[in-house]
Amino acid sequence: MKTKGEITTVSLEYIFLVVVCLLSVFPFYWMLVAATNESSEIMRGKLTIGTYLISNIKTMLSTVRMGRAFWNSLRTTVCGTVLSIFVCSLAGYGFQIYRDKQKDMLMNVLLLSMMIPFASVMVPLFKMFSTVHLLDSTLGFILPSVSTAFLILFFRQNSMSFPLETIQAARVDGLNEFQIYARVYVPIMAPTFAAAAIVTFMGTWNSYMWPLIVMQSQKMQTLPLLVTGLTAGYTTDYGLLMLCVSIMTLPTVLLFFTQQKHFVEGVVGSVK
Amino acid sequence: MPPVPETDTGVLSASGLPDSLRYTGNIMAGKKTLETTYKNAGWRFVMPAALFIFVLSFYPMVQAFFLSLQSGLANNLHFSGLRNYIRLFQDEKFLAAVRNVFIYLVFQVPVMLFLALILASILNDKKLKCKGLFRTMVFLPCATALVSSALIFKSIFALDGLANTWLMGLGILAEPKNWLQDPVWARIIIILTVTWRWTGYNTVFFLAGLQNIETSVYEAARIDGASPSQSFFKITLPLLKPVILLTAIMSTNGTLQLFDEVQNITAGGPGNETLTISQYIYRLSFVYNPQFGYAAAVSYTILIMVAILAFVQIKIGDKA
Repeated sequence: MKTKGEITTVSLEYIFLVVVCLLSVFPFYWMLVAATNESSEIMRGKLTIGTYLISNIKTMLSTVRMGRAFWNSLRTTVCGTVLSIFVCSLAGYGFQIYRDKQKDMLMNVLLLSMMIPFASVMVPLFKMFSTVHLLDSTLGFILPSVSTAFLILFFRQNSMSFPLETIQAARVDGLNEFQIYARVYVPIMAPTFAAAAIVTFMGTWNSYMWPLIVMQSQKMQTLPLLVTGLTAGYTTDYGLLMLCVSIMTLPTVLLFFTQQKHFVEGVVGSVK
Repeated sequence: MPPVPETDTGVLSASGLPDSLRYTGNIMAGKKTLETTYKNAGWRFVMPAALFIFVLSFYPMVQAFFLSLQSGLANNLHFSGLRNYIRLFQDEKFLAAVRNVFIYLVFQVPVMLFLALILASILNDKKLKCKGLFRTMVFLPCATALVSSALIFKSIFALDGLANTWLMGLGILAEPKNWLQDPVWARIIIILTVTWRWTGYNTVFFLAGLQNIETSVYEAARIDGASPSQSFFKITLPLLKPVILLTAIMSTNGTLQLFDEVQNITAGGPGNETLTISQYIYRLSFVYNPQFGYAAAVSYTILIMVAILAFVQIKIGDKA
């Protein structure tokens, strides 16, 4: 039996939750709907799917180099994610499986880098990259985020449950240390890799500040750089803007919808 | 020490050493080489990542310090000691940026963390219906780019935007309000955008923390006659302390470095009323005539603030 008070608490909980969910989904819904409407209708407050999607797409194709920006984003993000996962998983594996005092000490030093705000190293990094001619290049875009203490820690924590007997058995079978990582560890730890890859992919896809500095030419513009440029003029075509924002947002959102479990694991990461 | 097998004795004696000693020596030597092989392999695994962090985080940090002791435009830098740091205290733009960032910090972080905590405790309720759907909707904003969220909110609060249309339709506003040109409203909208984007993210952490608490603890409390609010304050909060501390430090860190949202919603305006420290560093280095030395000095203030605030939060966390 529930008391009257309990019922009120429960219904208040549901009301609160529904309100929060509406607020949470509304801007997203509005973005998608706006992409199918004409600018003036959007501003008049139209909230239903319109008929201007094709026309907005046409405008986009004729005025904005969306395809090139999409390719730049995709290329940098995929390269960055693959490299980052490789480097950080190697390190996380190494720190845990070959654990000793010196390596623990090094790990603690690396963890300090989590406290360094990116804004603080941005200027010296820019100068460094301009000296070695890495400005305006895919490599220049991805290098600063290849190795992060967060990801190393994530792989180290997840390696704790990895059975050492498996490694011993692989050694007896004649695999060298790297082969053990590549052929035994990676397949067994596939879910960990998936979680790390999703979070890294989203982070790189969405990164804005560093690309703003390092990707200087139009030719190298990634989606966030291109899309933010669309509001620069006096009048903004909101239909076009929201179509481009939607195109930029959909890949990460689809990833989120299909891989929510891995996403949550990746976000919470090493905090267990 | 392993027993010496009988069969080996003859061979070992030939070398003129006592059997037992010679044999053990060999075993040890074998172990050592293997151990060194493993040790070296271990270092090879961790070195690439460590090198990247040293070259791309620690080294620039040191460089930024030396840079911060130099003045001048572009690459014509000369040593000027602590002049840049003294200049900070007379620089109105810098002081405005620090003030703005603290306004964001004081209002945004506590509200967001409180909201996330409530959401997490509701979502953790075993009896909640449609749990999966609710979770997905709450987490959804953290899958959108900061830039997307900024542009969406900017469009909604534009002069001819949805907010004005609705409020005028409801008769709350007589004429369209220029939200982003009003210092207070501009800040509120930035805070709103950041809260929208990050509440779900923090809920993920709190939910993970809550799932680690045994349900039996709550049942025991209920049997002892504790009310829901009592068990929230007496059980949930203390057990979640480490997670709260972590999210507080992360959010503080993020807010001190706020850039994407402000850059795309107000670009720092009106005047410098919403300008952040990161934006100021960006302007000093890449928008105005570049003053890399002074920008580096501004950079160090963020580092120092991050360090001090993290330290304070850890101290408070220890006491609470």
